[in-house]
Amino acid sequence: MMSNEKSGEKILIGQVLEDSDVITLADLCRSCTVKTETVTLLVSEGILEPVGGDKEHWQFRIGSLRRVKTAIHLQRDLGVNLAGAALALELLDQVAELKRMLEAVSSN
Amino acid sequence: MEYKDYYKIMGVERKAKQDEIKRAYRKLARKYHPDVSKEKDAELKFKDLGEAYEVLKDPEKRTAYDQLGSNWKAQQDFRPPPDWGTGFEFRGAPQGGGAPDGFSDFFESLFGQARGPAGGSRGFHMHGEDHHAKILIELEDSYHGASRSISLRMPEVTPEGHVVTRNRTLKVKIPKGIRQGQQIRLGGQGAKGQGSGRAGDLFLEVEFNPHRYYHVEGADVYLDLPLAPWEAALGASVKVPTPSGAIDLKVPENSQAGKKLRLKGRGIPAKSPGDLYVVLQIVLPSVDDDKARELYQRMRDEVSFNPRATMEVA
Repeated sequence: MMSNEKSGEKILIGQVLEDSDVITLADLCRSCTVKTETVTLLVSEGILEPVGGDKEHWQFRIGSLRRVKTAIHLQRDLGVNLAGAALALELLDQVAELKRMLEAVSSN
Repeated sequence: MEYKDYYKIMGVERKAKQDEIKRAYRKLARKYHPDVSKEKDAELKFKDLGEAYEVLKDPEKRTAYDQLGSNWKAQQDFRPPPDWGTGFEFRGAPQGGGAPDGFSDFFESLFGQARGPAGGSRGFHMHGEDHHAKILIELEDSYHGASRSISLRMPEVTPEGHVVTRNRTLKVKIPKGIRQGQQIRLGGQGAKGQGSGRAGDLFLEVEFNPHRYYHVEGADVYLDLPLAPWEAALGASVKVPTPSGAIDLKVPENSQAGKKLRLKGRGIPAKSPGDLYVVLQIVLPSVDDDKARELYQRMRDEVSFNPRATMEVA
């Protein structure tokens, strides 16, 4: 089922966030609809890197949000475990980096 | 509605064994997974694949689907037979493996009614999920500010518990000075909350379209500028494009290839504005005519120059 919705000509104005801005563990869980345990697993797998010491004060970079979602999608859709998802994420990062370099070179 | 050939989508024969179907699914899922794939239409293909697998992996659904017969062709106009669904019991909502968001009308008409309301929405309040998307903009948009339309396909749960895909077009203000990797958060534009729960937010990750001339690092912008050998050697004033408009650039005498000229503050106009780096490149005229050949020969004979002087070879 598809339905189309046009939000008219209203221009939405958002808030600009830096990749380095941080959110709390609770916000991360809410934003990605995951449980704290899942985040703990992602951290222990090295997929996520918290800033700010012990678990009670964990904070995560805004850029992590997409990572969490991708890891969870990969796990769910491809039948890989978290370690496999971590590997895929790293390879995807490498592909993105190489693509960026290639673009820089080919724009010469 | 259109008939969907789930076997064709999965690339397996109608008599394929369950493990073949699983294998085919895994293989295609890796190929078309939207987080991994660079294929065009990956998202759509992945969705079709998820739907096909949802049916074929479940022996009950598969048997029912098979009973429609093999004479149907993909995209053929389809109505379920009147006695459809008798003698089958389709349990629960689709779970695991496959796109969780809206399946096709075809799927819904065959297996949709059997699904109960998703996730007990009555008397239940939950904050909506945040959504994430990328927004591709031009480098120039960041120099001047702009507003851009973005089309999104978003799964949404109706009050009856059906998942539908909505196409939404949003017009978004691109603030001046925005950089790649920054995110624009649009409050309340994510998934709807359940009950009286607040809607989630939409995060747009900013990415620049590749540009013909420029490449960007953080707030700094780089431009490779081709020069004739005499412009580099004698110095020159040349017209140079910049994202904020053409300028006259003074190339100093004796400029070598690779030299960077920094134009302070002419990068991305962020809070701390970036710089524009013009990287000099020397392009040699080719020896296509006698005049050019003669001039090169004169330089060879009359200019004392050994570019390999530091290499300690004769």
